[in-house]
Amino acid sequence: MFKKILIANRGEIACRVIKSARKMGIKTVAIYSDADRQALHVKMADEAVHIGPSPANQSYIVIDKVMDAVRQTGAEAVHPGYGFLSENSKFAEALSAAGVAFIGPPVGAIEAMGDKITSKKLAQEANVSTVPGYMGLIEDADEAVKISNEVGYPVMLKASAGGGGKGMRIAWNDAEAREGFQSSKNEAANSFGDDRIFIEKFVTQPRHIEIQVLADSHGNTIYLGERECSIQRRNQKVVEEAPSPFLDEATRKAMGEQACALAAAVDYASAGTVEFIVDGDRKFYFLEMNTRLQVEHPVTELITGVDLVEQMIRVAAGEKLSITQDDVKLNGWAVESRLYAEDPYRGFLPSIGRLSRYRPPAELATEDHAVRNDTGVFEGGEISMFYDPMIAKLCTWAPTRADAIEGMRNALDGFEVEGIGHNLPFLSAVMDHPKFISGEMTTAFIEEEFPDGFNGVTLDTDALKRIAASAAAMHRVAEIRRTRVSGRMDNHERKVGSEWVVSLQGENYPVTIEADHQGSTVHFDDGRTHRVTSDWTPGDSLAELSVDGSPLVLKAGKISGGFRVRSRGADLKVHVRTPRQAELASRMLEKTPPDTSKMLLCPMPGLIINIAVEVGDEVQEGQTLCAVEAMKMENILRAEKKSVVTKINASAGDSLAVDDVIMEFE
Amino acid sequence: MKDILQELETRRNVARMGGGERRIASQHSKGKLTARERIDLLLDEDSFEEFDMFVAHRCTDFGMEKDRPAGDGVVTGWGTINGRMVYVFSQDFTVFGGSLSETHALKICKIMDMAMQNGAPVIGINDSGGARIQEGVASLAGYAEVFQRNIMASGVVPQISLIMGPCAGGAVYSPAMTDFIFMVKDSSYMFVTGPDVVKTVTNEVVTAEELGGAGTHTKKSSVADGAFENDVEALAEVRRLVDFLPLNNRAKPPIRPFFDDPGRIDESLDTLIPDNPNSPYDMKELITKLADEGDFYEIQEDFAKNIVTGFVRLEGSSVGIVANQPMVLAGCLDIDSSRKAARFVRFCDAFEIPILTLVDVPGFLPGTSQEYGGVIKHGAKLLFAYGEATVPKVTVITRKAYGGAYDVMASKHLRGDFNYAWPTAEIAVMGAKGATEILYRSELGDAEKIAERTADYEDRFANPFVAAEKGFIDEVIMPHSTRKRVARAFASLRNKSLKNPWKKHDNIPL
Repeated sequence: MFKKILIANRGEIACRVIKSARKMGIKTVAIYSDADRQALHVKMADEAVHIGPSPANQSYIVIDKVMDAVRQTGAEAVHPGYGFLSENSKFAEALSAAGVAFIGPPVGAIEAMGDKITSKKLAQEANVSTVPGYMGLIEDADEAVKISNEVGYPVMLKASAGGGGKGMRIAWNDAEAREGFQSSKNEAANSFGDDRIFIEKFVTQPRHIEIQVLADSHGNTIYLGERECSIQRRNQKVVEEAPSPFLDEATRKAMGEQACALAAAVDYASAGTVEFIVDGDRKFYFLEMNTRLQVEHPVTELITGVDLVEQMIRVAAGEKLSITQDDVKLNGWAVESRLYAEDPYRGFLPSIGRLSRYRPPAELATEDHAVRNDTGVFEGGEISMFYDPMIAKLCTWAPTRADAIEGMRNALDGFEVEGIGHNLPFLSAVMDHPKFISGEMTTAFIEEEFPDGFNGVTLDTDALKRIAASAAAMHRVAEIRRTRVSGRMDNHERKVGSEWVVSLQGENYPVTIEADHQGSTVHFDDGRTHRVTSDWTPGDSLAELSVDGSPLVLKAGKISGGFRVRSRGADLKVHVRTPRQAELASRMLEKTPPDTSKMLLCPMPGLIINIAVEVGDEVQEGQTLCAVEAMKMENILRAEKKSVVTKINASAGDSLAVDDVIMEFE
Repeated sequence: MKDILQELETRRNVARMGGGERRIASQHSKGKLTARERIDLLLDEDSFEEFDMFVAHRCTDFGMEKDRPAGDGVVTGWGTINGRMVYVFSQDFTVFGGSLSETHALKICKIMDMAMQNGAPVIGINDSGGARIQEGVASLAGYAEVFQRNIMASGVVPQISLIMGPCAGGAVYSPAMTDFIFMVKDSSYMFVTGPDVVKTVTNEVVTAEELGGAGTHTKKSSVADGAFENDVEALAEVRRLVDFLPLNNRAKPPIRPFFDDPGRIDESLDTLIPDNPNSPYDMKELITKLADEGDFYEIQEDFAKNIVTGFVRLEGSSVGIVANQPMVLAGCLDIDSSRKAARFVRFCDAFEIPILTLVDVPGFLPGTSQEYGGVIKHGAKLLFAYGEATVPKVTVITRKAYGGAYDVMASKHLRGDFNYAWPTAEIAVMGAKGATEILYRSELGDAEKIAERTADYEDRFANPFVAAEKGFIDEVIMPHSTRKRVARAFASLRNKSLKNPWKKHDNIPL
């Protein structure tokens, strides 16, 4: 076995590899760029080598620099993680030339699978089901109809040079095929100056399901079940699970065996993933093979108990697989949520900055529940603009899918991330989405279910009342503490009452609290009662409660007269008031927020470098209005439409916060 | 007998109705609460004890003798906030527009006298059209009686003003002399002369909101210390502020049970200071991370943001915080920030609230506007305030402490009790570049040589150890242990006793 390996990656995957290596007694070497001096993977590794400036193309993906680090530290093998150099055959060759093991498949396999056309051909030769279609040049509409019939409707007519939906038509019959061929040909000619069209089977209700394979260099290849990765946003996976709620045993076996056949055909040796597209009738078609460790590998590990990184290292060291196909048993259900530093309320815009708070839920593994968090960041760390915005992968496991999802809901609620925008509320929304719960999702899930993006979550009455009961009990505790301040007038202390009115999400719930040493029983005026217990104390930002015996986790920030509660994807202002306070609060006018459509708002905290216009100027759409410096980057803000500047509220040198009004228009 | 008792209830009910249903409805329609409703929200439930409910005015001019409502437009008395006594007056806009008469003023004076005698804060809720014109000079006399008491009470008991409606003309000077002014957004304004007079005299056209609304006074004039969305929030937040304040200048700051380990370590503070010495970071993160339960009550949040002032608790006990904010103007001192911080420091000192100073200051802001504006004397206010303060003073230098600003920010030389520095501190007469350009003026043409000199200077002075060698820094501490170290420092100062020499009063450069 290797004594020392180098991890040619960063972030959570570097940390993940280090964990397995450490477990195996192997020393680890991290590499890092300027931006990663303080990174977690650098702290975790036994040694670390600086390899250059922050941009990956000047550091992590420069083969020579990585090779220098390998030589300098005497590492015997390199794990490439995913991304960066993981599927770069030149890198694998360079290592091989230097006599250093590549913890991944042989160069030939990387090359064969790296090319879309070659890989599809190889797949066909290995009798792997591929999307039926015709790749050659199609002469005319008649030929298009003929081919469409061969492929079988529905079909997709696609421009070779296509992209962005242009030059693309779906046809369900001959007439549509004939018409579609002509129009996509014209469109392709106009848009791309290349009118070549090909025809492919149109997969309806597509799902993205992939098979994990594991092979050694002694000819053994096994598959470790599948992963369902249909929940994607713009081809970026968001939620994955294993097994797939859609596959039956026969399909799983067929897919697994085909995946193994393909791996064997290219003499694969390492962990790899064969991606399939699966239609509504469980017909599956090969998409591509990823010759590396996949981001979402933890869900497979959780249901198989196999440490894939360990297996990759062992295979790279020439060991034989110690498990056979018969040993592979799928146990329970695992779900993974990818935590991205992207603000879901601002169209998933990447968010960078300091992680002022980062507290993942506690990892645990019991007989009926497991929580795992693969992360590469830490509280006080910096999310930079240079790398992938994924900062953690939160996984839960349970014997059943429903329990694994429920575990995920609570784990997401207990995940504290502050300082940057992140997609936790969106992930919570997915976990509560009926279509996800039913398991009936396709790759169009996010597009179809969140067509206007993510605008927060509205909770149902049941959920609201559980939160209301909890907030009331918590507020009462906090108010009692306030009465214990020094300097009070003896015998005339404030008595904290038992009647409260909780306001949240536009609803008012009058409640009566009966408290004892164990907790609070909260009575609603419809006769409903919730029993709330918790060890929450005032000031705790996370409230882990039990409501009627089931867990409820709230992020509870302090606001005037109550809490800002974040739970289940909702972000609520919860006010807890005495009946008199509530009566008077109801007299307050609802203030309509100012119309910001005629204002230029500062999109990020930053410094105004210059204002390019003056009051009274007529500005045209796209005209430069001002420049804001943020994170050492100059951002030009432009006019969205033609208008006249009526007011300028900032001048060069001003520091502005997000949404500060820079100028106003007519 | 029963009838006689009933008579009291009847009279009380009439008094409680103030200006009557119609005017109450009009008050409500503006989103404003009545004087009594405000008191209900300010004080603990059922704790209000009223004075002078039946006081009526004595004016006989302009037919006023025919309309003598009980209470005369202001509700006064005392009650408790979380069991601690406060005195309160609340002007009733439904009675003669809350205008101030001789008797109205006397009611306010009565509770102010009692507050001083009994050592409890005064909270004034202002909602008044101004002087009662019918009473003429008697009304002006009333104002002045209140002013005199504001002055006498200053530094004796905390005085807090809430502006919850109009407050114009002479009326503004009473709140102006109190410790804190809070306003309600969109429904309150303060000015010496209103938009009409402004138009007549200067031809300026301006709305009441622009001239003296909450935005103007919290962001531009710094007259107000905070602004809230509505009456309910404003009153709740004043209750919260009172929880931080001692009842009078002889009482200790309040202590309450806390649920935050004073020895709590926060590793994330070790990375708070960015690698690049010119990059900003948010000083408020340090404040909330070292405070009990992250609870910070900020004063003048929207004004002179290059310095942050406010209250936190350590081990349950109130501490005033003054901190440079590198996010704004690099945290430099200037006229506005010096004035803001000086007033805050003097409040803390007057009421025995210990002061924690967090320093990252590159110096004073240069420029003609600053010099013409008198930055010399304004900067001196902060220097003076720190130097005269006898309360426990703990200082932590996180990064830059350059030049005169180093001296000003509660340095050892201004009787700082504990002067700590993080390892990232740079305590020097100025930044390395500026220093070498002066010291090696003759080499200015040689960029290479200057760079070398700058690096030398950085090595020698861009650290806390030169100051630590001289004892100006008591100890260099790890950022992650700041809460623990600061809490222990204040704990050790609980019995601090320090007196300034006798004087009638000082002569701070006003």
